[in-house]
Amino acid sequence: MGALGPQEWAAIFLSLRVALVAVICALPFAIGVAYLLARKQFFGRQLLNVAVHLPLVMPPVVTGYLLLVLFGSQGPVGRVLEQVLGLSLAFRWTGAALAAAIMAFPLMVRAIRLGLEAIDPGLEDAAATLGASRWRVFGTVTLPLALPSILAGVVLGFAKALGEFGATITFVAAIPGQTQTIPSAIYGLLQVPNSGPAVVGLVTVSIVLAMGALLLSEWLAQRMARKVGR
Amino acid sequence: MLEIAVQKRMGDFDLDATFEAPDGVTAIFGKSGSGKTTLVNAIVGLARPDAGRIAVHGQVLFDHATRINIPVAKRRVGYVFQDARLFPHMSVQRNLSYGGDYDAKRIIDMLGLGDLLDRRPAGLSGGERQRVALGRALMCDPQILLMDEPLAALDAPRKAEILPYIARLRDETRVPIIYVSHDVSEVARLATTVVLLEAGRVAVTGPVGQVLSRPDLVPLLGTRAAGAVIETRVAGRLLDDDLTELQFSGGRLLMPGHLGALGQALRLRIPAQDVILSREAPKGISALNVLPVTITDIVSGRGPGMAVGLRAGDDQLLARVTKRSAGRMELAVGMQIFAIIKATAVGPKDIGS
Repeated sequence: MGALGPQEWAAIFLSLRVALVAVICALPFAIGVAYLLARKQFFGRQLLNVAVHLPLVMPPVVTGYLLLVLFGSQGPVGRVLEQVLGLSLAFRWTGAALAAAIMAFPLMVRAIRLGLEAIDPGLEDAAATLGASRWRVFGTVTLPLALPSILAGVVLGFAKALGEFGATITFVAAIPGQTQTIPSAIYGLLQVPNSGPAVVGLVTVSIVLAMGALLLSEWLAQRMARKVGR
Repeated sequence: MLEIAVQKRMGDFDLDATFEAPDGVTAIFGKSGSGKTTLVNAIVGLARPDAGRIAVHGQVLFDHATRINIPVAKRRVGYVFQDARLFPHMSVQRNLSYGGDYDAKRIIDMLGLGDLLDRRPAGLSGGERQRVALGRALMCDPQILLMDEPLAALDAPRKAEILPYIARLRDETRVPIIYVSHDVSEVARLATTVVLLEAGRVAVTGPVGQVLSRPDLVPLLGTRAAGAVIETRVAGRLLDDDLTELQFSGGRLLMPGHLGALGQALRLRIPAQDVILSREAPKGISALNVLPVTITDIVSGRGPGMAVGLRAGDDQLLARVTKRSAGRMELAVGMQIFAIIKATAVGPKDIGS
């Protein structure tokens, strides 16, 4: 990969870091929201459903703009985060991770929710009759049985986070080494003459990463299916 | 002992059941849609009654008046579901010990689970699954055990395989069992007490031998289900003819096959439709069992049939005859007649220990 210079490699590692952090941080929330939507009836359920799916249907630039307004250094949430936690998001890689997490969230929730809905609630009832608390039922029955769909959600979310462009560039711009991920690096290179080899290099890396994630998840899913005995 | 009084309304269906279940096996018997499952779901806490009170051994599980509603996980009510509901991602061993490991060794022995421990539920037969589900419920040391049609999904050989285990459970543990079923031969083999549920209400409750042989309940039980249940003892064996001789208060009965050791107690169900009545002691017939009986009751049904209650010794038998024959024979209460029971009419599924 001689075509890739230090700036391109920086973009690749940044993308991996952003996507991993985004998926890991979003996962507990995605599981929680998917569980609420799949299992519980409550006031505002439909509203929650719509809010979760909004980033999927809104133009990413709009999502990025809203993030900028809310989480920017002058935004209401951004200011609190900076003052209380010392966490700054605007024009930082952490902001890119937030944007990627928001964009990946609906895909993760959808996949996990489908998996949860396929689990027989009768098994959860059975666990309760055996004396298991709600949390134990969730941890020992619901979660393990939902693992294949959680895995699917993670892979989908990771791929989405890796490819996120519109919201990221609007929220945190594309500062090399700081917020320039693979897609914004490719876009940036396309504006410069004679950068063909570097573009091809980055595109190849993107494809390899996507395929690797898919293969890994297929392999894990098969292992799990064998364990459950189906 | 279980005390239950529950009311619950679901759409057009109204469940309003009050009864007490003593120790031993109490069968809740009724047609599908009579409210059996809702009733047991209320006991275990999976369905919340609109009103009423449920207590096991004096401990209140639910009381609408004082707003007590113990959560499912704290009720210590064992539940064996019709579909077993084993956890598919755990081995048999982990399924069994999920809720506890009370008396594990003896329960595993009693249910014959020793060879299955490392297997996964997906590889088990239906009968094996139910045995594991039973063991799993018992290892929580429940105060009471509910079984909701545990054999309904099994074919006849699997049923025959698991019934002795349930009988053993009844005889070897002191856990009261509520056994939901719509199969009268299961009820006759296992139950000590019967609660007959009809459209959400308790129609009758009482000892199994009395309820199933009551002529006036034939329309409720269904003509196939009606029949006496008697306790007998193996009195002898006719090796040449491969017959077993059973003794009960009303006389001796010959039944085909080797049914048990000398002196062993056997419970026998004699379906009402397989009992023939005769005014005189019959001669020259193939049936082996002829018992002198006294008519105690004659109840006429809606159709062409009639149910005739009979006393044989201290036991109650039941026969079903047509109105036409009852008229021709001039049957009347108090009359001394003969009941003829064909030895092969009582199938293996009607004989329990």
